[in-house]
Amino acid sequence: MTMKYISILLILLSLVSQAQILDNKRPMPEVDVKSIDGMNINTKDFENGDAPIIISFWATWCKPCVTELTNIAEVYEEWQEETGVKLIAISIDDARNQTKVAPFVNGKGWDYEVYLDPNADLKRALNVNLVPHTFLLDKNKQIVWQHNSYAEGDEEHLYELVKKLAEGGEVSEP
Amino acid sequence: MITNLLRVLALLIIVFSFTKAQGQQQSAGELHGNFQVDAQYYNKDSLIGAPVVPEKVLTNGFMNLWYTRGDFSAGIRYESYLNVMQGFDPRYRGTGVPFRFASYKNDNFEATVGNFYEQFGNGILLRAYEERGLGYDNAFEGVRVRYQPTRGVYLKGLIARQRTFFTLSPGIVRGFDAEVNLNELIYPNTVKKTIVVLGGGIVSRFQTDQDPIYNLPENVGAFDARLNVIRGKVNFLAEYGYKYNDPNATNGLIYAPGQALSVTTTYSTKGFGLLLAAKRLDNFDFRSDRTAAGIGANINFLPALTRQHTYNLPATIYPYATQPNGEMGFQAELSYKIKNGSLLGGKYGTEITVNFSGTNGIIKNPTSNDTLGYTSPFFKASNEMFFRDFHVEIHKKFNSKLKGTFMYLNWVYNKDVVQGLAGFGTIFADMAVVDISYKLAKRHTLRLETQALISKQDLGSWAMALLEYTYSPHWFVAVLDQFNYGNPNSDLQIHYVTGNAGYTNNGNRIMLQYGRQRAGIFCVGGVCRNVPASNGFSISLLSSF
Repeated sequence: MTMKYISILLILLSLVSQAQILDNKRPMPEVDVKSIDGMNINTKDFENGDAPIIISFWATWCKPCVTELTNIAEVYEEWQEETGVKLIAISIDDARNQTKVAPFVNGKGWDYEVYLDPNADLKRALNVNLVPHTFLLDKNKQIVWQHNSYAEGDEEHLYELVKKLAEGGEVSEP
Repeated sequence: MITNLLRVLALLIIVFSFTKAQGQQQSAGELHGNFQVDAQYYNKDSLIGAPVVPEKVLTNGFMNLWYTRGDFSAGIRYESYLNVMQGFDPRYRGTGVPFRFASYKNDNFEATVGNFYEQFGNGILLRAYEERGLGYDNAFEGVRVRYQPTRGVYLKGLIARQRTFFTLSPGIVRGFDAEVNLNELIYPNTVKKTIVVLGGGIVSRFQTDQDPIYNLPENVGAFDARLNVIRGKVNFLAEYGYKYNDPNATNGLIYAPGQALSVTTTYSTKGFGLLLAAKRLDNFDFRSDRTAAGIGANINFLPALTRQHTYNLPATIYPYATQPNGEMGFQAELSYKIKNGSLLGGKYGTEITVNFSGTNGIIKNPTSNDTLGYTSPFFKASNEMFFRDFHVEIHKKFNSKLKGTFMYLNWVYNKDVVQGLAGFGTIFADMAVVDISYKLAKRHTLRLETQALISKQDLGSWAMALLEYTYSPHWFVAVLDQFNYGNPNSDLQIHYVTGNAGYTNNGNRIMLQYGRQRAGIFCVGGVCRNVPASNGFSISLLSSF
């Protein structure tokens, strides 16, 4: 039993001494996801030139997630014109609802890039507890901000950060 | 065993970090994780059947710590149940590190030792996953390899045992899966209009036979085949699974093979979506322990073919659960957005969803060979209705401040079959939901949600109201009342009232709740959680870092 705790301690110590635990930025993890038309893609191929990327975890059954994406959809064109931002929506729907994702997204008329994460590999790699959970990536694809849950109006704060990044400013609240 | 694994892990991490650090100038890696703790103080409440809790306070907590560095990653999850909260399986007892892994991944190869989650296709044959809020975790422990010999070909193999709470299930699971995306394989650099993906897997379970009476198969094999064709707006997906003789605790120890078939077609364009799906399951409960029943040791994943509801009366009072040993179901869903600026659409458009799903039993004709149990015509369902859900949902934004969701549902629910009970029969219920949100000022929003469930059977009718105030981006408060006003027992016509408040900052969140809670999925304050029946004060803390 003691050995077990010593081992855990050892692991933690070796990690803490090595890792950039309190670094203000974090690179996007490289994980395979599926597009809604069946193609496999790695997150390292998420691309938006020098403009910021928003990554939003959601599910078809998650009302606050859908509210968030619907609200952003209304201003998305404007956001894109002003800042070039791209929103990538990661659906955590499992086999029960996965086939619904494409008709759902189309039914809503959303213009987002949408991917599936059926084995929750990306969700785990980004340590997401609950949905909705939103991340903001800068032009170097470093995670500079995250937020869980959604309340009406949250997108305004997000957009302030997007604008700051688009104007070449720094955001660092990972 | 655990100690050894941890020691190996520690060694690996140390060796890796030093060799790499000396080899080249690169980042020392990243350490990240997440954390959640829930604690509840329980009041005695015999009315709602909340049991007496001698400890007064119960807590569940966990932390994931994940280290990645280049192609290498390793991680652990510590879990603590002191003692486990009401509504979770009591086999979660004490504390431990039930999840630990090390993994190496480059562009086309990945090897993982220790614990991992995996899914073949849509999980009809094999799926290990976690649902921490529900206390569900059937992670594998063993070895897994993923290999991509060429673009478009995806191979996976694993040998592992399965987690059941703090122990491992007795069976050994061996699995191999291959998936070929013909487009990626044949035309890697061009975009084709038609995409074809073929897949298939084999899974076998080994468990010793120590039964004094029966000669039980120690190795039980199963396979599946999948086809996915996507052409423009149409997506067709079919999956078939077959399981060889597997006498087990849930099928009454019959030796008949099991079968599963699921077919889904969707058509969608901007503003219009249509889904048609059908499935059949016969004797397809597949576990890494033939004696297991209830929750635990499931190798495959057979979700219900019905809409997963978000509003809490439809989501929690009569939710359907798959009957893996015999059901036939269908689902149709149409979603349509009436365009902005049209007469019916108004300035912002109107979204409409219509969904109809139903499941019946299968016909089981007794046979003279009682080891096979029964025979069943493949394309015929029995007349026994398990579940029906018809509903219409309309979402409308009236102006920049006011929007609403309106829903009507009509349900048929066979309580005896779905919950494995007797004497409750089939319940008919109508439900309605009105969810209005009003923006008081920039960042200040008030939301009122009212729901009703009308039924003359079982617990009778329910009414529910939720008032929520959010102050973006940090705060929310809410009051929720569920009133079982139609309960045939007038002593049980009670109000379940809870007050909630929460604060969110970036990846951190704290939530408080006081009151009487019915069991179910509750979506309050911008997140959805699954909670058991209780009365008392609870606090929930979570953080991603």
